[in-house]
Amino acid sequence: MSATAETHVHDDHEHHHKETFVTKYIFSQDHKMIAKQYLITGSIMGVIGILMSLIFRMQLAWPEKPNVIFEALLGKWAPGGVMDADIYLALVTIHGTIMVFFVLTAGLSGTFSNLLIPLQIGARDMASGFLNMVSYWLFFVSSVIMILSLFVEAGPAAAGWTIYPPLSALPMAQGGSGAGMTLWLVSMAIFIASSLLGSLNYIVTVINLRTKGMSMTRLPLTIWAFFVTAIIGVISFPVLLSAALLLIMDRSFGTSFFLSDIFIQGEVLHYQGGSPVLFEHLFWFLGHPEVYIVLLPALGITSEIIATNSRKPIFGYRAMVASILAIAFLSTIVWGHHMFISGMNPFLGSVFTFTTLLIAIPSAVKAFNYITTLWKGNLQLNPAMLFSIGLVSTFITGGLTGIILGDSALDINVHDTYFVVAHFHLVMGISALYGMFAGIYHWFPKMFGRMLNKNLGYVHFWVTAVSAYGVFFPMHFIGMAGLPRRYYTNTAFPLFDDLANVNVVITVFALIGGVFQLVFMYNFIHSIFYGKKATQNPWRSNTLEWTTPVKHIHGNWPGAIPEVHRWSYDYSKPGHDDDFVPQNVPLKEGEEELQH
Amino acid sequence: MTVLLTLGIIVFVAIAIWQMVKIFDLAQVGSNDNNQVATDKDNKVNGYLMIAFLIFIYAITIYSFAKWGDLPLVSNSASAHGPTIDNLMIASMIIIFIVQTITQFLLHYFAYKYKGEKGRKALFYADNNTLEAVWTIIPVIVLAGLIISGLFAWTNIMNPDFEDEDPLVVELYAQQFNWKARYAGSDNVLGNANVRLIDNDRANILGLDESDPNAQDDVIVTELHLPVNRPVLFKMRSQDVLHSAYMPHFRAQMNCVPGMVTQFSFTPTITTQEMRENPDMQDKVANINKIRLENQADVLERGQELRYEFDYLLLCNKICGKSHYNMQMKIIVETQEEFDEWMSQQTVFENSLN
Repeated sequence: MSATAETHVHDDHEHHHKETFVTKYIFSQDHKMIAKQYLITGSIMGVIGILMSLIFRMQLAWPEKPNVIFEALLGKWAPGGVMDADIYLALVTIHGTIMVFFVLTAGLSGTFSNLLIPLQIGARDMASGFLNMVSYWLFFVSSVIMILSLFVEAGPAAAGWTIYPPLSALPMAQGGSGAGMTLWLVSMAIFIASSLLGSLNYIVTVINLRTKGMSMTRLPLTIWAFFVTAIIGVISFPVLLSAALLLIMDRSFGTSFFLSDIFIQGEVLHYQGGSPVLFEHLFWFLGHPEVYIVLLPALGITSEIIATNSRKPIFGYRAMVASILAIAFLSTIVWGHHMFISGMNPFLGSVFTFTTLLIAIPSAVKAFNYITTLWKGNLQLNPAMLFSIGLVSTFITGGLTGIILGDSALDINVHDTYFVVAHFHLVMGISALYGMFAGIYHWFPKMFGRMLNKNLGYVHFWVTAVSAYGVFFPMHFIGMAGLPRRYYTNTAFPLFDDLANVNVVITVFALIGGVFQLVFMYNFIHSIFYGKKATQNPWRSNTLEWTTPVKHIHGNWPGAIPEVHRWSYDYSKPGHDDDFVPQNVPLKEGEEELQH
Repeated sequence: MTVLLTLGIIVFVAIAIWQMVKIFDLAQVGSNDNNQVATDKDNKVNGYLMIAFLIFIYAITIYSFAKWGDLPLVSNSASAHGPTIDNLMIASMIIIFIVQTITQFLLHYFAYKYKGEKGRKALFYADNNTLEAVWTIIPVIVLAGLIISGLFAWTNIMNPDFEDEDPLVVELYAQQFNWKARYAGSDNVLGNANVRLIDNDRANILGLDESDPNAQDDVIVTELHLPVNRPVLFKMRSQDVLHSAYMPHFRAQMNCVPGMVTQFSFTPTITTQEMRENPDMQDKVANINKIRLENQADVLERGQELRYEFDYLLLCNKICGKSHYNMQMKIIVETQEEFDEWMSQQTVFENSLN
């Protein structure tokens, strides 16, 4: 720690005193506590989201069969234990919404941006602790509303997580498009407000509050990833907000932004002149960058963990930063690849094919750089490291099928089939989830001052890794066989009867993978209270968060904020005895900082 | 039974986890040096598991391709542009397969090869511009090839050149939860239509303009018949929510959007009868019928015919509500003579009104 610690005791955080239970644990403005709040809330949402997927996977494997689990969990939606078609669509919808937004956006970014940005750049806290608190509580409120929407009489939103109108706009089109959809829209509007407040805070903090010596080129890649993610969020989330508001107008105030010429249940509606395709454009202008909002933080976490545990500098730091920036830029001009067959001009399809396939280039650079970082390393295969390697594996597997889906000609035949489901679950769902797990295993000691049990971590990783491939690998093939997604059952098509057994295989893997998350839950909860006490820097890492005391204090460092003298990847640097040199260690005499 | 079995498995796994947790907990008592950071032994065990996992990935890849990679739906396209898409798909698959095999090997092999040992020091290797240029340029070249061939295919499919041939104009009309098809009749021009003109009392169910002369000879049906080897120009409409007209055997799909008319065109090349006689398809159908026989009770309970016979299908592939999963229409591809014969038996619009 800094040699000048004693001289600057409590310089700019003297006013933090008199913590009551409420200010410390509930309306906390401390970024470390807010990170934990995000993590816990996101995890609870994650349990709900994963449970939903297990329920509808059972329906797909054993359709039309009475199932006591359905009867117990779905109540009136599963009379006699046989699932209702409406609730199937609702489960798919809410599963998607919860996992994409509540778990992998708020749970992942919210947790690790909050925890790591101030700690790794050397700041006492976020730029605005108050906005940070408001951001969390808006997220909390939106989570509660989303969960409450499950209990609406006519059912929760069921138009798919993309909520394309007119299905989502007309209560007579579907039970879930009534009060359930209203709550969905309200919840998402609040969620977006929360996300924007958070993102603005992250951006301002990274730009303004870096400690002395922490130039942008010395930032750990985690921070680069969080920073760019926040910028993408600020650019794209407001567009979804506008789409949601316009949809609310169409639903409740009779406007026709997205609706025209509709005849439903025996009557013509008054809507005239709008277009559902407009909604698709607005939705995917967020929807595609959202993939990277989910993925980039996971990749940032992975960069840090792979470098630390390889005991090697991350390979190609500058290329990694450049590819993050390139991905961020490209992500805002590719949304149309979700709409090749939406009825938009085919020429636009050509443009979007071009921009979409370009994204493969920075993605490939990242994948190769991770692999090269492992080369000739001294790999410490901690659970966090395993999840990071797992992330690279699923990122490659899932990313590669993107070159099929991004190709408009090929998309014609696999659009909206299970091929798509398999692709995005691997490349964004599983990858981001692995990133989140990796982050939790790695920074658990920083968050809770105790270690997670590593053996349970190993069991958790290996079973999860096998079942993730077991679920999503075969899924590509039923998609290529033409099986559409969002079908309540495939039994209406004898054509697909020979795929029924594949669906059973997928579901069995899903159930195994789902059940084994209990190992993680047990490890997590048990270790918070009874885990092995952590040392200050258990992974022998270079970044600044490990220079703070194990026990959390307001303002993060008891004395002055450490000054930074080098980048964060001086692992196994020749001329040093240890295989790591923390960022706050001054350069030795004659030592040159790597010109990266 | 399956449900009980599933429940049994879940309970069994839960007990297994509980036992495992206990064993791990007990194993840790007494080992004071266990600070939950990976030891050389952990690195070794997990290094070997990395290789095992690599083998698992290869095995599941090979098994999946061998078992499901040659579904007749993937091969055997039934439209003129189908082989273009299929060939491009196969080319992309080969590229993916090669890249996947190599990168997964490197990733997992390195994780095994360089597993940590006390006292060893990693190589301080932070940058190499040549290497990075290599793996930027190689994807650029490969992708350029894919993009160019993809764009040619896409442009040809979406902007069909009918030359002198007059395409058969057919409207696909979607509503919750069924399909209708409207033929343009002897003038091959569809009459004007709008959902505001729907008059169920007069049986004008698609909202045709009754005063439009072009509409009088239109023919509305619930089973799509297409003459083989003649281009078809589909005009899609929807009356309520988004639907998607998905005809996987013809490699064709286009959304049906309320308020606008979308279009897609293809030329069917194989009649239903020919496809039924295709050996691949016969294998597939025989297999399906075997499965259906095994699940006889379920099939009959659904009210379906036990015996399955192959037919081309139009499926809805955009979530549209409760019965989305069962929104389908049969497609029959037949010779021009059979088609004319069938068409002559249909009632034209002006005679179908009440």
